[in-house]
Formats: sequence, C-alpha cells, structure tokens
Amino acid sequence: MSLAARHLEANGIPTVLFGCARDIVEYCAVPRFVFSDFPLGNPTGKPYDLDMQRAVLSLGLDLLVSASAPGTTVVTPYEWSADHSWKDEVFSKAQPFLDPEATRTWLERKEKYRAVKRTRTI
Amino acid sequence: MSDETASHVRYIDKTRAYYQAEGYAKSYEWAHFDDIPFTPFASVGRALSRCRVGVVTTAEMARRDAEAGSDDTRRLVYSLPTDLPVEQLYSKKASYDRYATSLDDVDCYLPLTHLHSFIAAGRIGAVAPRFQAIYSEYNQHKTLIVDAPEILKQMREDRVDVAVLAAV
Repeated sequence: MSLAARHLEANGIPTVLFGCARDIVEYCAVPRFVFSDFPLGNPTGKPYDLDMQRAVLSLGLDLLVSASAPGTTVVTPYEWSADHSWKDEVFSKAQPFLDPEATRTWLERKEKYRAVKRTRTI
Repeated sequence: MSDETASHVRYIDKTRAYYQAEGYAKSYEWAHFDDIPFTPFASVGRALSRCRVGVVTTAEMARRDAEAGSDDTRRLVYSLPTDLPVEQLYSKKASYDRYATSLDDVDCYLPLTHLHSFIAAGRIGAVAPRFQAIYSEYNQHKTLIVDAPEILKQMREDRVDVAVLAAV
C-alpha cells in the first residue's frame, strides 16, 4: 500500500495513508502517514467506536491539507487497551500470524512468485 | 509493561525472527526508499470542502449480495461502488491480528460511513464513485508496475483530487 501511495503522490495526487505497522510504512517512506498503535486490522479506528473512527479520519484529512514536507507521521492519541500485552505474542509460535489454510495459500503464492522471478516475467 | 510493549510493534524484526525460526535462510526485503514523492495540497487548487476523495484499502472487500466467485489468481486491483452501505460489504482478508481484533466493522479499514458524513458536514466535497481494493503483495514489482498504475488510472478517470489509503 505504501508503494501505491508513493505512486499516486508522484503523479500529482496528495495522499494520506492510515496504518498500524509503523516500522514498515516509515521504512518504505510515504508522504503522509496516520499511525494508530493498534493490532493489524484497525487502520482507521477501533471496531464500533464511531467517534474514534471519525476522529482518526479527521486527523488524516487535516494532515492532507497541512503537511508541508514529505515523510510526516501523525500518531493518533488512542490506546488499544490499558494492557499492552497484545503486542507480546505478535508473530510468535504461540500466535502464528496466519491460520494453517492461509499459510498454505501464502506459501503457494510465494513459490509462484519465485518461479516467475526466475523467468524474469510478471 | 515490557520495553517492547511500551512502544509500537517492530513487525520487520518480528517477521524476520519468526521466519528464521521456521527455517527460512533469507529474510524478506521490505520496500525501502530514501526519497519521498510529495504533492503539496495547495497544488490541488481548491479547498478540501470542494475536493473529491479517492479511497483505497488492502482489506480484500467483497459484497454480501454477490455470488461467491473464484478468487482472482492474478490478484489484480478491483473496485466497488462507494455508495454501498457498509453493511453490504465484508473483508476476506486473512492477514490481520486475529488474536486481538476482528474485521467485522468495515469502517475500521474502509471509512465510507465517515467520509459520507464529512460530505454532509461540508468537510469534503465528494467521494469518488468507486473505491479501489489492492492486495498486499509479496511481489513488490507487481505492485509498482501493475497495481499502483491501475489505481492511478481509475482515480484519474474519476477525477479524484486527494486519496485516503487504509492498510490493514
């Protein structure tokens, strides 16, 4: 998604990207980023918290207008929970990121990509 | 709270460690650039209240009222109307933190309800007639030369002024 934001921006469309993986987005480097320190899946707010969702989107629209330089990150002022233990087991053996079926699909896709790369075609 | 949980999750480090433990010798090379493209909002030439907003999500959206078809093995960008009530949409995405959250509320990753309320409030001018769904790809080259240009093409056809992108 960061690559898409960069492409739109390079072609004259101002963008704002909402996400929860701060390191990945900032490593790629996007023009405007609204970061929520939430589990992956909630880039524009918590489920069923309409006030928060509206406020997060509003922060992004403000950033669209106000950013004067690329690479600007705004951090939303919300916590997922007072207890941050949800971060402990992310990507661990105890909590595999994908379920077995999704893992199988991902591995198949990855192998297909490697095969395509070997032949240097898309 | 440990030092690690006091700040944001380091997904790059975590995934590297995870897949090394699984026996993968080579780590995934995440996209990285030193330069950042930038289009100042002023170049749009109109107030936000008159702008048409484009929307993109990685949430693999589907319509509840559509017959389940086979998945697109090419995983190309597709679009759906933005005037659909969010209750008629759902996400098919498998890669999210399924231990801590759910994808049951569409507005957490496709904020259509709130964009429409911002139109009513005069905060933005309009929402593009369709939103784009892009797959999170292992193959960065495909994203760069196939997917991103397709989103740009559709947004130009829809005369989008600014874009909101939500990465699940």
